[in-house]
Amino acid sequence: MDEGDDIHIGRHLQRRRRLEIVFVAAGLLCLILGMLTLVTLFAEMARQGLPRLGIDFLSRYPSRHAELAGILPAWVGSLAVMVVTAATAVPLGVGAAVYLEEYAPRNLITALIEINLTNLAGMPSIVFGLMALGIFVFEFGLGRNILTAGLTLALLILPIIIVTAREALRTVPDSLREAAFACGASPWQALRDHVVPAAGPGILTGIIIGLARAIGETAPLIALGAVSFVSFLPESPIRGEFPFISFDWLSAPFTALPVQMFNWTTRPDPDFRANAAAAAFVLVAMALAINGLAIWLRHRMRREARW
Amino acid sequence: MTVVRTWHARRRARERLLESLLMLAALVSVAVTVAIVYVLVAESMAFFDSVGFAEFVADSQWTPLFEDAHYGIGVLLSATLTCTAVALAVALPVGGWIAIYLSEFASPAIRDIAKPLLELLGAVPTIVYGYFALMFVTPLLRYLIPGLPGFNLLSAGIVMGIMIIPYVSSLSEDAMRAVPMALREASCAMGASRLQTALGVVVPSAAAGIASACVLAVSRAMGETMIVAIAAGSQARLGYDPTESAATLTSYIVQVALGDVDQGGIAYRTVFVAGLALMLLTLTMNVASHVLRQRFLRASVR
Repeated sequence: MDEGDDIHIGRHLQRRRRLEIVFVAAGLLCLILGMLTLVTLFAEMARQGLPRLGIDFLSRYPSRHAELAGILPAWVGSLAVMVVTAATAVPLGVGAAVYLEEYAPRNLITALIEINLTNLAGMPSIVFGLMALGIFVFEFGLGRNILTAGLTLALLILPIIIVTAREALRTVPDSLREAAFACGASPWQALRDHVVPAAGPGILTGIIIGLARAIGETAPLIALGAVSFVSFLPESPIRGEFPFISFDWLSAPFTALPVQMFNWTTRPDPDFRANAAAAAFVLVAMALAINGLAIWLRHRMRREARW
Repeated sequence: MTVVRTWHARRRARERLLESLLMLAALVSVAVTVAIVYVLVAESMAFFDSVGFAEFVADSQWTPLFEDAHYGIGVLLSATLTCTAVALAVALPVGGWIAIYLSEFASPAIRDIAKPLLELLGAVPTIVYGYFALMFVTPLLRYLIPGLPGFNLLSAGIVMGIMIIPYVSSLSEDAMRAVPMALREASCAMGASRLQTALGVVVPSAAAGIASACVLAVSRAMGETMIVAIAAGSQARLGYDPTESAATLTSYIVQVALGDVDQGGIAYRTVFVAGLALMLLTLTMNVASHVLRQRFLRASVR
């Protein structure tokens, strides 16, 4: 090998190294681009929306005048819908996960349920809205209200809750179940007192992620027929006289924060942009807070893993 | 003895009852699918009673709300496909590059920070992305491309692409990380650089997994509603030009749901027909993604 070859190889290696640096730099750039979009999005929302944001904005009803409009019925509606969603999706989702992980025999029906779950998880959300319109509103005649909206979102997030709860249950070692059985516990007792509590944080994370998804979901609510101009609150669930609890709020026409925001975004009047931005700010803050809670929980769980 | 026996019997009965209750919960998901298919198919059948299938497939106009009604689904499909193509043109290079970088080059510290941050892109409510597309990206694009209409598929597609970046990057990275280390070692031992190894060995080995991730992202983009409903306009128009405004399958559904359309009429049924088309489209994509993933998993076991 003479000197010329050496130089040639050296140059080749140098070029190779340079190419690699360019590639890595481009990779980092792509990553930064994604982050930058997030930052721009938040900055834009803050710039447009923060001047509008205040206690008045949270405590006022919608109005034809942009400066006077608020999101009181919207966030109360979102909260009420979330209560229905959680009350439906949590027992159904955790129950289904427990059945599939702990009871289900390996047969055709189980395989069918599994395939079906993957399929549901990939279904566009608006299709759930159409289903709810056809079944809840037209077939059952439940009306377009808080109850149907909550049920629709519950069915939408069901696959998320089931999948994460199953993963959590799978991490619980069999020795725990065997120990419970050895002490004379029935399968249900072992589950209720040991397996499910042990998988608790993981199950909770899935529930939270599901609810975070539900709170920002707009399309199914619009397909279902959300009202975007509600100037009253649903009736209070607590009454002064017997029986003290009322479920009338379930049948109230509903609006929700994302629906209100959509309405303001699509108005031609630019004054309402600030309202939309402020509503977006509240919405993102809520979604991020809920997601942050899930990330924190997952982190704590990993630190405190017992097996 | 009888006390113990009745206690046992009661306990067994309770166990059986609880098991069937749990099974019922699991069957709810099946019921949801049945309900979706039932609603979409039943309403579509009623629609096809009055509109011929040939017209539905071949007509070049979609005007169910007008006096002179035409029902050519191809119009809505063309907008959905155009928007998805734009989204893919953004998400595929960016997401793919991020995946290769994170899987083959990044230090664990960077990966631990970058992955949750990327997930945040997927956690932003889509309505907020829609707002962003209309209020920020569209003005920016109109500055770059003079004459661009205020509502256009390009802006919606770009923002949609950003939204699906985490789907592409996260699943592709998982696929690349599943490629056995021995392959990389063998490649490097032959004198290949890390870049050559990444592009020439790891990416081809993980190709089926990466393709599965991309197909899933496409399915997500097709079903995305709020971004197009806000930023892409509402005029049904046949064509594949992203700089035009056009109604997609999803934004048409929103448009009708918001308007005062006579329920039970044929115009109203078109919503369910569009929904059925959308479901079939995404279902095909999801199945394709699943098949590709299975192929990748089988290949990586070997």
